[in-house]
Amino acid sequence: MAYVTVKGGEQAIDNAHAWLAEERRGDRRIPSVSLEQIAGQLGRAVDRAMGEGSLYDRELAALAVKQAQGDLIEAAFLLRAYRTTLPRFAHSEPVDTAAMRIQRRISAVFKDLPGGQVLGPTYDYTHRLLDFGLTSTDDEPRASEGTEELSQMPRVPDILGHEGLIEPDIKGDAEPGDLTREPLTFPASRDVRLQALARGDEGFLLALGYSTQRGYGGTHPFAGEVRMGEVSVEIEPPELGFAIDIGDITVTECQMVNQFKGSKTTPPQFTRGYGLVFGFSERKAMAVALVDRAMRAGELGEEVTAPAQNVEFVLYHSDNIEATGFVEHLKLPHYVDFQSELQNVRRMQTEVARARESVEAAE
Amino acid sequence: MKGYNFAYLDEQTKRMIRRALLKAVAIPGHQVPFGSREMPLPYGWGTGGIQVTASILGTDDVLKVIDQGADDTTNAVSIRRFFARTAGVRTTTSTADATVIQTRHRIPEKQLRDDQIIVYQVPQPEPLFRLEPSRIESRRMHSLADYGLMHVKLYEDIARFGQISISYDYPVMVNQRYLMSPSPIPAFDNPKMDMMPALQLFGAGREKRIYAIPPWTEVRSLDFEDHPFRRINARRPCGLCGATDAYLDEVVVDDHGGRLFVCSDTDHCAERRAAGHVGTDGMREAAE
Repeated sequence: MAYVTVKGGEQAIDNAHAWLAEERRGDRRIPSVSLEQIAGQLGRAVDRAMGEGSLYDRELAALAVKQAQGDLIEAAFLLRAYRTTLPRFAHSEPVDTAAMRIQRRISAVFKDLPGGQVLGPTYDYTHRLLDFGLTSTDDEPRASEGTEELSQMPRVPDILGHEGLIEPDIKGDAEPGDLTREPLTFPASRDVRLQALARGDEGFLLALGYSTQRGYGGTHPFAGEVRMGEVSVEIEPPELGFAIDIGDITVTECQMVNQFKGSKTTPPQFTRGYGLVFGFSERKAMAVALVDRAMRAGELGEEVTAPAQNVEFVLYHSDNIEATGFVEHLKLPHYVDFQSELQNVRRMQTEVARARESVEAAE
Repeated sequence: MKGYNFAYLDEQTKRMIRRALLKAVAIPGHQVPFGSREMPLPYGWGTGGIQVTASILGTDDVLKVIDQGADDTTNAVSIRRFFARTAGVRTTTSTADATVIQTRHRIPEKQLRDDQIIVYQVPQPEPLFRLEPSRIESRRMHSLADYGLMHVKLYEDIARFGQISISYDYPVMVNQRYLMSPSPIPAFDNPKMDMMPALQLFGAGREKRIYAIPPWTEVRSLDFEDHPFRRINARRPCGLCGATDAYLDEVVVDDHGGRLFVCSDTDHCAERRAAGHVGTDGMREAAE
């Protein structure tokens, strides 16, 4: 056999991409799925792509989900690569989640509280039975809209705060850190940590949060409150001197209330774990809140032993765009390095054989 | 390309990267954190190198991109196309013609000149990461030039195997101060870094670090007096061009042990063959 150099890389790449487009389209007798359908009917997928892609734009996220054939990490990657080309005009004022237009609000620590428990559009308490009624495209039953006005819904930690039972919320007027502009440095401040968690991989954070519940850095959490709904985003342009509303976004917020026995300087009180993510993503908001609290172990004088408490470990590995790139880069050619390893192993084997022979000869 | 700035990155970002590059050149071998951007190519696939290249590229530059020494490997093709598309610069496969060479895992065989810049793609800029995973710790070790851990690792290798077992990404000491990862080039290439006339820039996108070796800087591969640094290469000439001083790839040609050793640097090999050099397999091929 003659040696044929691996030429034609450019043509091969073009062909592969053409095949990919063909496969993405699928059977052409079936209509192409529209962005409205994805945004409207695969909302949770769109939410996840927006959250991990760090870009709140339902239409672009739907496009990314479509382009990625439903691969949500790939979709988030597409959004991030687009986002990075956009100019950064301003940072927003902290969103006021107390003024959220609530769709869902539950507390696991009070049976009833001002504003009440609002279940909203939840999978909780559904029986996970495949609904074969969804196989047809007929109109599905409609939910009727209630008439009752929702009353004010103070946040649970604020209720606890009035009594001094929970640590005060941090107040900061400084410009928040931004991982997309400045590299991560340590010690990482809480704003940067929360940003990393909000962008982080849902699966990774879920597993880490879970690990704290199983004894690896336990935080004695209670789901103080989970709320989901629309909040206003405001920015304060320096030339105006006052805040203006630039639009609404749907977010899910989780406030974990955690036991804390106190330290030499701090009386016993509850502490906070906080999670805020784009869209409706309760699982992730809760996981973020668990991990946020776990990462505060050091500052609260708790022993740092578990992975979820190791800030460096969590922050360096939570980003799935970084992770997927580096894991998958193993597909790239490594034959130069592998060749040097081959020569090295051969050389070392020769050494071992020679040493063995000389021992035998001596005996 | 429509809708995008020259060489993809906006000018503010390029300026930020150039500032990091200047600092890196001023402190040879020191890792400078930079605000690495999210590129339209995946992390681990050359985003650091691409950002460095994008920041130094001018309209009259000529770009060469290699992966594993070859211009025609798929990722090299992809990156070269990226710059042809976003910057419209001239590209080449010829080492001599290039003003900027972006590389993954190799240094070209041909001696680089002082009017050239070589940009390395770096997956893991921290040479100590296998010994100390925490960046807080390894930063401290660099600041104190506390590299005992690495010397102990090399010593243990010798104690266990009779030799240093690192064959690529072999750690180097730059300008007698900073321990540096040369990127995963084979140890064979390490000596080329020493007193290189060309500027050497290193970009690690995922890890958000840039570092550099200015021209004519001492770069020493770590070793011991009684166990001097050794290059590793196949002990035979290139099958196609007969080169004896080039790094060789091993190509499996059949399923009963047949092997062909050829230059990993495709431009070097092609140039030699064009000049009339023929290796043993090249001759056989011609006879067939």
